[in-house]
Amino acid sequence: MLWLHGEEGLDPQAPFLDLLAGTGRVVAPSHPGFGHSPESSTVDTVDDLAYLYLDLLAEQDRRDVIVIGASLGGWIAAEMAVRSTERIGGLVLVGALGIKVGDREARDIPDIFALHPDEVTRLQYRDPARFAVDYTKKSDDELAIIARNREATALYAWEPYFHNPKLPQRLHRVTVPTLFLWGADDRFVGAEYYGAAYRAAIPGSRLELVERAGHFPHLEQPEAVVERIRGFVQDRGA
Amino acid sequence: MRGWFFSENAYHLLPDAREYDSIRVKLPNRYYDPKIGADLYHRFIDEWMIAEDMGLEIMVNEHHQTATNLNPSGPVVMGVLARETRKARLLILGNPIANRREPVRVAEEMAMVDVYSRGRLECGFVRGVPYEMSAGNHRPTRMMERFWEAHDLIVKAWTSHDGPFNWEGKYFHHRQVNIWPRPYQEPHPPIWITALSPSSAREVGARGYIVACFLTGFEGTKAVYDAYRGRRSELGLSSPGLDRFAYAALVYTGETDEEGYAGARKLMWYLESNKVPPQFTSPPGYHPVTTMVNSMKGTNPGIFKMFQNPTLAGLMENGLVFAGNPDSVYRQIKKMYDHVGGFGHLLMMAQAGFLDHDETVKGMEMFTREVYPRLKELTV
Repeated sequence: MLWLHGEEGLDPQAPFLDLLAGTGRVVAPSHPGFGHSPESSTVDTVDDLAYLYLDLLAEQDRRDVIVIGASLGGWIAAEMAVRSTERIGGLVLVGALGIKVGDREARDIPDIFALHPDEVTRLQYRDPARFAVDYTKKSDDELAIIARNREATALYAWEPYFHNPKLPQRLHRVTVPTLFLWGADDRFVGAEYYGAAYRAAIPGSRLELVERAGHFPHLEQPEAVVERIRGFVQDRGA
Repeated sequence: MRGWFFSENAYHLLPDAREYDSIRVKLPNRYYDPKIGADLYHRFIDEWMIAEDMGLEIMVNEHHQTATNLNPSGPVVMGVLARETRKARLLILGNPIANRREPVRVAEEMAMVDVYSRGRLECGFVRGVPYEMSAGNHRPTRMMERFWEAHDLIVKAWTSHDGPFNWEGKYFHHRQVNIWPRPYQEPHPPIWITALSPSSAREVGARGYIVACFLTGFEGTKAVYDAYRGRRSELGLSSPGLDRFAYAALVYTGETDEEGYAGARKLMWYLESNKVPPQFTSPPGYHPVTTMVNSMKGTNPGIFKMFQNPTLAGLMENGLVFAGNPDSVYRQIKKMYDHVGGFGHLLMMAQAGFLDHDETVKGMEMFTREVYPRLKELTV
């Protein structure tokens, strides 16, 4: 499995990764500019990230990989799949971004760069209080990671904002089994509007809700998300 | 030393600050009355012309989607001033070229102003303040790379006179660049660049442009000027003259200290009314990671706190405001001058907020009559 994190960055301590690793071998890179990963002057778009990870799969000669991505990571996963599914066996898109659904005046995705950070947390988590960050309790290194994650997110997603206008017309190329997982309480991009439009663009895909979760279900309900992924992998085999 | 009169052309008639959470980016423009705004525009242009009559030079800037500055297009007001004035140097500080999508258009606008004014343009380039990122949808990451590419393209457009050249850069593409008019001044108008950090000052120093510091106080300014000089010395370039250094502060000169302080307190509106939430002051990637870490911990240097709860005494102590009677103002400027190794340009924010026309003119008059002659004689 290839795990592609989103704006929240890759937290090696997060329960989700351990649980996921209980179901199979997981490769979980930290995207360039996130966490402690160096930036690259030649990598500044989601397009670059999609090719980076397709090259990674080729270099390691992986086959039948389940690519799983959340939010920004889901966008990267979708961009990979429209380019080539040669090494991809299935796609799990968790609250994935990457498309625009409404007209030019519809704010499909709230502008995290123009909202107060507390409001962003409120929109992205079912239980914001659990995920509010107390900066005074963080080390300099942890704070630097938060700053780098925000900066890298801006680099990749500033404009067009968290989407590729061309992606919807390319999603028909995704011919591998695809599962959308969506927080039932996602106030950031709702399952009924955004998730449903995304699902409709990928033939044969299905969408499942994760109860008691917001935009990052893998953080709020890691067990449930891993359970769904396990089920998806098994069904796919059958 | 040259004195420059600078006004942000603010729209100061705001609702109660409790009614809004940001004066920038999102304050609805229903609070702006265009009829009052027209009067203000004409008043501010008059004040620039009075400054010229008094022997001062003129400085203009631009900001976007904010009541603190009603010049969203510096080049437009420069066009007016180029025609209405006769002798003052005209400084735009500046064109936010990391944010302008068409650097060639900037080169054209500036060439026009230079020709209109018969060669009086001083052309500043700035990165643009953090609040402009959302206002203009400008990506705050890797801005300086974009900035320098825009700069290179503009200078090349100004200095190429033999027909079109090609530009297919990382950020800007123009296959047929051949601007009309070309600048009046040869090879091009003097270039100014704002630097608030030593690292950006090094880049400016290497190119020998005029470096401008805004409200950076004693230590911040010294660090920038030292970095400028240090970089030139490292590269074996000539030692820079005083005319390469500019410092911007809030300035009000009265007949007495009390009158000077009263004027300065009105200028402080610029700092006091700058109510801006964190998403606009710190867009991701705009500030270096270390600055962001300090900001999250609340341990940024004192000068940042100065902007949050400004007091006149604190601002004066830190060299952000020069105010009082003429002797006091001279002493304060001289103290800054000596501390930083001298500077050749004093950029004076001499109108802001509720400082009315007569008060603005009086402050300028006291300055030009009683302080300016002494500053002109300064050498290091």
